[in-house]
Amino acid sequence: MSRPAEGIPEPRHRLGLAALAGRGAVGGGAADDDVTGHADVVLGFALAWAEAVAGTSYVSMSRSEVEQHLAGLTRQLVTALLAEPFDPAPAREVGAAMVAAHFTGTETLTRTVALLATDLPARLGLTGDACPGRERAVERVAAVQGALAGGYAEALRQRTLDEQEAISQAVFVARDQTEQALRASEARFRAVFAEAATGIGVGDVAGRILDANASLLDMMGYSLEELRQRNVRDFMHPEDAASVWRLYDELVQGQRDHFRVEKRFFRSDGEVIWTHLTTSLIRDDRGNPTYQVAMIEDVTDRHLLQERLRYQALHDPLTGLPNRALFLDRLSRAFETGGRDGRVGLCYLDLDGFKVINDSLGHDVGDQLLVAVGQRLDACVSAPGRLVARIGGDEFIILVERSGSTQDVVTIADHVLAALEAPIRVGEHELAVSASIGLVERPVQGTTPADVMRDADITLYWAKSDGKAKWALFDPERNAREVARFTLSATMPAAIERGEFYLDYQPLVRLSDGQLVGAEALVRWRHPEFGLLAPDRFIGLAEETGQIVPLGRWVLREACRQARLWQDRFGSRAPFISVNLAVRQSRDPGLVADVAKVLADTGVEATRLQLELTESAVMGTADEPLDALRALSAMGVRIAIDDFGTGYSNLAYLRHLPVHELKIAGSFVEGLRASAADGSHVVDARIVGTLVSLAHALGLGVTAEGVETEAQARRLDDIGCDSGQGWYFARPGPPDQINRLLS
Amino acid sequence: MDRPDWAPGDIDLARPSAARVYDYYLGGSHNFAVDRELAAEAVQLWPDLPRIMRTNRAFLRRAVRYCLASGIRQFLDLGSGIPTVGNVHEVAQAVDPGCRVVYVDLDPVAVVHSRAILPREGRTAVVHGDLRDPDAVLAAPAVRELLDPDEPLALLMVAVLHFVQDADDPAAVVARYAEEMAPGSHLVLSHATHEGRPERAEPHQRLYARTRTPMRMRSHAEVAALLDGFELVEPGLVPLPRWRPEVGDAADDHPERFAGYAGVGRKP
Repeated sequence: MSRPAEGIPEPRHRLGLAALAGRGAVGGGAADDDVTGHADVVLGFALAWAEAVAGTSYVSMSRSEVEQHLAGLTRQLVTALLAEPFDPAPAREVGAAMVAAHFTGTETLTRTVALLATDLPARLGLTGDACPGRERAVERVAAVQGALAGGYAEALRQRTLDEQEAISQAVFVARDQTEQALRASEARFRAVFAEAATGIGVGDVAGRILDANASLLDMMGYSLEELRQRNVRDFMHPEDAASVWRLYDELVQGQRDHFRVEKRFFRSDGEVIWTHLTTSLIRDDRGNPTYQVAMIEDVTDRHLLQERLRYQALHDPLTGLPNRALFLDRLSRAFETGGRDGRVGLCYLDLDGFKVINDSLGHDVGDQLLVAVGQRLDACVSAPGRLVARIGGDEFIILVERSGSTQDVVTIADHVLAALEAPIRVGEHELAVSASIGLVERPVQGTTPADVMRDADITLYWAKSDGKAKWALFDPERNAREVARFTLSATMPAAIERGEFYLDYQPLVRLSDGQLVGAEALVRWRHPEFGLLAPDRFIGLAEETGQIVPLGRWVLREACRQARLWQDRFGSRAPFISVNLAVRQSRDPGLVADVAKVLADTGVEATRLQLELTESAVMGTADEPLDALRALSAMGVRIAIDDFGTGYSNLAYLRHLPVHELKIAGSFVEGLRASAADGSHVVDARIVGTLVSLAHALGLGVTAEGVETEAQARRLDDIGCDSGQGWYFARPGPPDQINRLLS
Repeated sequence: MDRPDWAPGDIDLARPSAARVYDYYLGGSHNFAVDRELAAEAVQLWPDLPRIMRTNRAFLRRAVRYCLASGIRQFLDLGSGIPTVGNVHEVAQAVDPGCRVVYVDLDPVAVVHSRAILPREGRTAVVHGDLRDPDAVLAAPAVRELLDPDEPLALLMVAVLHFVQDADDPAAVVARYAEEMAPGSHLVLSHATHEGRPERAEPHQRLYARTRTPMRMRSHAEVAALLDGFELVEPGLVPLPRWRPEVGDAADDHPERFAGYAGVGRKP
């Protein structure tokens, strides 16, 4: 590694010292002849020299190698001392060779010069004034000493300078390489900073912006100079979450090392950009907060896309109005923010007859109509706190988030109906549309979004069924009734099985002698929840739902079972049993078979059964029910027309019908009360009289209903009416009442 | 290596460097005032120091020659320092020019200087590395290119393990290198000790606290433990001048004055 030490014999060439001493193996120019005779001198001096300098310098040689090396140098010195003419120059080379072999310790030179003064001249016999040539021996020795010292000094100086130069150069190179690496590293980081697609900004902990890369400048629309005059806090956005600036404060105070948020920024042109912001704290060597580095990613496009997707998810693509999802969201929020006193209103709107337009003019026209309706609604309704949404088909809904009173939604409904009065032009069509609106308006306390939605739906149905092109306001009592109706119809089949129904019987009395001749069976429902229910509460409902057929079958069977009991007990005095037949029952194809089976099962004579039907059931029908009635009549069953006089009976037609009895409606009988002061009783008496005459003319019996007083009974008897029924005789009651009357 | 992997702090001329101080002791001029100041102070406290250093360097030469005689032709010199005189490759390649030598040092200046004067014949190389990280040293490209793991190697840790603190577990470091050495490989080790001259050793250690490589002198037993797993060749772990002195080397009546132990172990 160091300069190869010139003059060091390589080990493989190691020769005997004696041989070496006699050979001119080392150094230049000396005449071998001068040394040949002094081999022993050379050897002796070299050993003495090696001994003298041992340990004074570090040379990479063993002791014997040192001796070899010094022997070579000794030969040069001998040559110089003895040369003719005298020339001390080779001694300079010896001095240089010592340095080259790294005899660099100055003590080595000291001892060498001393030894040279005494030992070598003595060995050569050059003592005192002895003179090998013109010079005296001492002069030659001194000159050789001087030359050796001079050569040594020059070589050592040169070596020192070289080594100093070399080590300084090494430091320089090492530093240069380090700096290059630093510069390269810095350049890389600079490039990362400058070229990054992410915006990067550097600020101090006071918020002063120090540097920003091109992406950030581009993103924010500022020049670097403009940005440097601003503080991070200038970029506060009013919609920033409070946590953003709390995190920022914690960061610049050194309480956290980074944070990551979503944040909006105003660009220099006022436009808003959406970003992902990551801010990191840079500390100095002692850990004190020094800088902040913000990495800002512009996610505006992504945000807008999300917004658009969100918009699409929450809006109806046809009309552009909010859809059901957004409406329900806003409705829920109105409940959440409504507090204790908040009220909410809904106008649930459905176009009347839209299906007809769609079916006749096509879906395209239908769609355009919906768009136009949506625009009108939006124009006449939309305001802060109100939302118009299309929630499906031709259904729209208006949400009033903070309603003041019911009047608010009524006013809106009136406006909407008015707005839809003008025909809507779709292509070449002038379309007249109307809408039905269900209104719900109430405090948010004590109700839920689902409740108001359900009630609005019900109310819309009311508006539709009440006649269309109008609004209906939710009525809790009506609703309760309907709920009850629904509950009743739903529970009726099970109620029949559980025996919740029972029959009361009201006597039918012969007016001429007051004899009980028959009993009308009247059904009752002992409801576990609603209590005792009269037929008007559930018969109509049972007709609607069809439950009337099984219920009627049960009534018939139960009434006949009772009739059989009376028949057994009272024989010929037993009353006939009169059972009401609903319209739907009268049209039931199984009616005749049912009746026959019940009569057979109970053993009641057919003539003891009377079936009461309304006028409309008998008159306004096609032939099939009449066939059934004729068949029943043929079996011996009596047919009565109930509430006669309230319908539109074709009197001429009566003669063709299988009818045995007319029951005159109580409203006519009411006018026969003696107390009636207005004279109406005279008119009613004539009507009843005419009816009785007519019935008798047709061979029919007549029963008056609703007889409440003795006077009425007397008058009816006078008129010629056959039988009576009413509170005057007896209220409807259990079978025992009949038993008592007959006993 | 095109790119140095040292930090700027490694080149701090305000701090003495153990490598440059060593160079100064050996009579070299590859050193700066700050290094010479430390050396002068050390010598004042302990006048034998230059001689101890030279004795250590002589041990290195003798040990390398011993390894050469044992047939070893590849050398890994850890903590090679500033190459002043009598470097391993000079000694080795004088015997067989085919010898391969890799120097490793932590001091960037020493590494740059070594590279500047290294013969470019391709059988010697310098690695900037930390001997305390054997895996990194052994993975260095120069080590992989020049040294054959299947051939016996001489691992030289001459006057360097006393710069490895106990916390860095020098025994484990040695063991890790040993693991990768082929059987027949040699570990050449010399180590400073406070035994013999404890009153001198202590202030000397304090002086080296100024460098980036503070000293930890160790007892004979502690040094012997570092050679665990190696078969010590004759004469074992002995004071520096006692290890196979050459003919003509001055015998010393007080070898313990040399304040260092030397030994060569053979991996079985």
